Amino acid sequence: MDRMPAWADAILVPLISLVLAAGLSALVILAIGEDPVAAVKLMITGALGSSYGWSNTLYYATNFIFTGLAFAVASHAGLFNIGSEGQAMMGGLGVAIVCLMIPWPHWAMALPAAILGSAVFGALWALIPGWLQARRGSHIVITTIMFNFIAAAFLNYMLVNVMRPETSMDPATAKFPAGAHLPTLHDVLAVFGIPFSKGGLANVSLFVALAACVLVWVLIWRTRLGYEIRALGKSESASRYAGISPTRIIVIAMLISGALSGCMAINNVMGEAERLILNATEGAGFIGIAVALMGRNHPFGVLLAALLFGFLYQGGSELALWTSIPRELIVVIQALVILFTGALDNMVRMPLERIFAWVRKETQT
Amino acid sequence: MTDTPIPAIELRRVSKAFGSVKANKEISLKVQPGTIHGIIGENGAGKSTLMSILYGFYKADEGEIYIRGQRAKISDSQAAIAAGIGMVFQHFKLVEPFTVLENVILGAEDDSLLRPSLAKARKELSHLAAEYELYVDPDAAIADLGVGMQQRVEILKALYRRADILILDEPTGVLTPAEADQLFRILHRLRDEGKTIILITHKLREIMDITDTVSVMRQGEMTATVKTTETSPAHLAELMVGRKVLLRVEKAPAQPGDVVLEVKDLRVTDDQGVLRLKGIDLSVRAGEILGIAGVAGNGQSELLEVLGGMHPAQGQVRLNGQEIDLTGRFSDGQSRRKRGISHVPEDRQRAGLIMDFTAWENTIFGYHREGAGLFTDNRALQAEADAKMQRYDVRPPDATLAAKNFSGGNQQKIVLAREIERNPDLLLVGQPTRGVDIGAIEFIHQQIVALRDAGKAILLVSVELEEIVSLSDRIAVMFDGQIMGERVPTDTNETELGLLMAGVTEKVAAHG
Repeated sequence: MDRMPAWADAILVPLISLVLAAGLSALVILAIGEDPVAAVKLMITGALGSSYGWSNTLYYATNFIFTGLAFAVASHAGLFNIGSEGQAMMGGLGVAIVCLMIPWPHWAMALPAAILGSAVFGALWALIPGWLQARRGSHIVITTIMFNFIAAAFLNYMLVNVMRPETSMDPATAKFPAGAHLPTLHDVLAVFGIPFSKGGLANVSLFVALAACVLVWVLIWRTRLGYEIRALGKSESASRYAGISPTRIIVIAMLISGALSGCMAINNVMGEAERLILNATEGAGFIGIAVALMGRNHPFGVLLAALLFGFLYQGGSELALWTSIPRELIVVIQALVILFTGALDNMVRMPLERIFAWVRKETQT
Repeated sequence: MTDTPIPAIELRRVSKAFGSVKANKEISLKVQPGTIHGIIGENGAGKSTLMSILYGFYKADEGEIYIRGQRAKISDSQAAIAAGIGMVFQHFKLVEPFTVLENVILGAEDDSLLRPSLAKARKELSHLAAEYELYVDPDAAIADLGVGMQQRVEILKALYRRADILILDEPTGVLTPAEADQLFRILHRLRDEGKTIILITHKLREIMDITDTVSVMRQGEMTATVKTTETSPAHLAELMVGRKVLLRVEKAPAQPGDVVLEVKDLRVTDDQGVLRLKGIDLSVRAGEILGIAGVAGNGQSELLEVLGGMHPAQGQVRLNGQEIDLTGRFSDGQSRRKRGISHVPEDRQRAGLIMDFTAWENTIFGYHREGAGLFTDNRALQAEADAKMQRYDVRPPDATLAAKNFSGGNQQKIVLAREIERNPDLLLVGQPTRGVDIGAIEFIHQQIVALRDAGKAILLVSVELEEIVSLSDRIAVMFDGQIMGERVPTDTNETELGLLMAGVTEKVAAHG
């Protein structure tokens, strides 16, 4: 019926949702007796006011780009893959194996291998729910969430019983050898003579994530496979008519989605921790859902939303560090953003559509 | 009809706009009590919008509604029911596992205990049945009833709620000719008992047969209201479209060539394990149109879907003498297309098009794997689509619009352009003009006949008997997954076809 212009759909709706979420968050901060204006200032200076803050913001954003893209690709095929968390954990296992088993002479050789390792592990972990959905009709939401738990338990076992160095009490692998250490953003920018924080977490994986955005865009909108993925996501009955095999597309879409989730591990495991620890993913898989929803499943939207959530993450930890606002509050703020941009989308969209229809009518008469 | 009674329904300058589209423009209408009033118009003319306003689904932007002379505010369907308006939708709103009785009281229960309501309804139903000859077994489950009976239940539901104005939206779409005749008898009876009936349809013949008065809508406006006895189908068609229309398909006699499609003992089992096609034998030659007649749901859809590669099947199908894979790797739609079978599916919105895709994306749907490489050349495809849309007069001719933004007729033209332009050996066509306006029907029929004259084989499935008779060179009638008989259109009539469609065997039909 009444349509809004595309820019309003893509930018205005998420923006208003965001403002609403921020407003409600401010009320929550007020309620616990803190000053919301000061809190916002602190978040902004903490996340964007220094190259250190920027570095960490970009590091978190890199995680979210991978998991956001993963969710978006599955979404285009009509699949609700909430198993990014588990797939990213398994990706970490793949990275750890690649980095520890082979004595890499240089990171530039280790990185492609690690990308491959993480992607394969993530993809295989997503393949099982995908296959079960395609062949057995087991609902992908149920299976992927179950597989998150299985992945966590499996990783626990691997770290405690198999991969932990004998002398260590810590359920984690040994430190990766130096040949598998990725350059930080400081190192990369130094090549161009740009000064950047040495202590920040961002590393060269950021560029892999940006490349992934471009590749996903090409895949979805420029390839025959992407065409079939979108067709299946929009209408399964029509796909059957066109001779597109749902089984094949579901499996392929889940493989790609899982591979993207797995690739997150090159950022957090290989780039940052330089060893595999328990719970390395820290919920980034779930944030990816919100990122993709907010980014309208478009790679560019995912990029912007990932930056926003990176900012919230980094700003939030600064809040916890310098004020008596508990770290949990930042979870509340993130939850509100997810609630408004994802679940309550229509609450903003429908009045906005009505306003646009009204404006159109007024300008005509 | 008496001289000037108070109209049962009067609309005064009712307008309704959706965004910039004016669906109804200052509609004024008087419906006299105790008459059957037809409302006819092309798709998108605003009939459904107008009825939705009457039934409280939409709120009119401007204008007034009077019911039996009283100004009425119909804010929702509850208010419409309270005002004595009943609506029978095209797609029935019945709970299938429930009995007739349970469906009738649904939403009209007197209190939280069912038993007294049921007893009351049972009494009321037998009363209604006697009064209007509307007999239905009150204890039968809806799922066990035929469509004709289900429709009666819908009418009973409205009467039970004390409706004395009945609105029927395209009521005969799913009925056999015999069932339609029964419905008309019921409607006449209701009218004679003083009820007012509004019949929305796009079938001119129905309007001529049973209405007393007819109103014509075009592009959101009420263009004319005339006594049915004072008009003719040709005149009504002209009023609907705004120009003279060919109601008959003009075509030369067929020049059948070699057999293109040969089907032997084709059997299909559905997901529930029910045999839907019980051994179909048929053949189609080059340069001829074989029409499959039948009431919806007797296996025609399955036949098309199997041939189009949407379902596995048992039996034997040959195309140009070559066997076609019915179950294996090459039984999908893309393999069929490669073999030269094009398919215009019955349901363009659920199968033929991806409604959210742009028109140009839809013009390669099913053929998107053609050509080399992983990538699609979007710019070239767009240019190609523009040219196709030009040739098929798709309006608006903008290939970047999403399919859902086109009218039904233009959507169908997009599908036809895609399938016919491939120059297939065999074209499967299902319901080519369902929900398509008269102007476009003419064009679509011409395209199909032109493809036939180019020496291609065409298998046509339609529930519109008129369309089958006027377009086909041979007619096969399907009932219950079987072919009941084959006829030549010049050598048969609707009564005979109707009997075959109802499953009366060939011998009896020959007698009758």
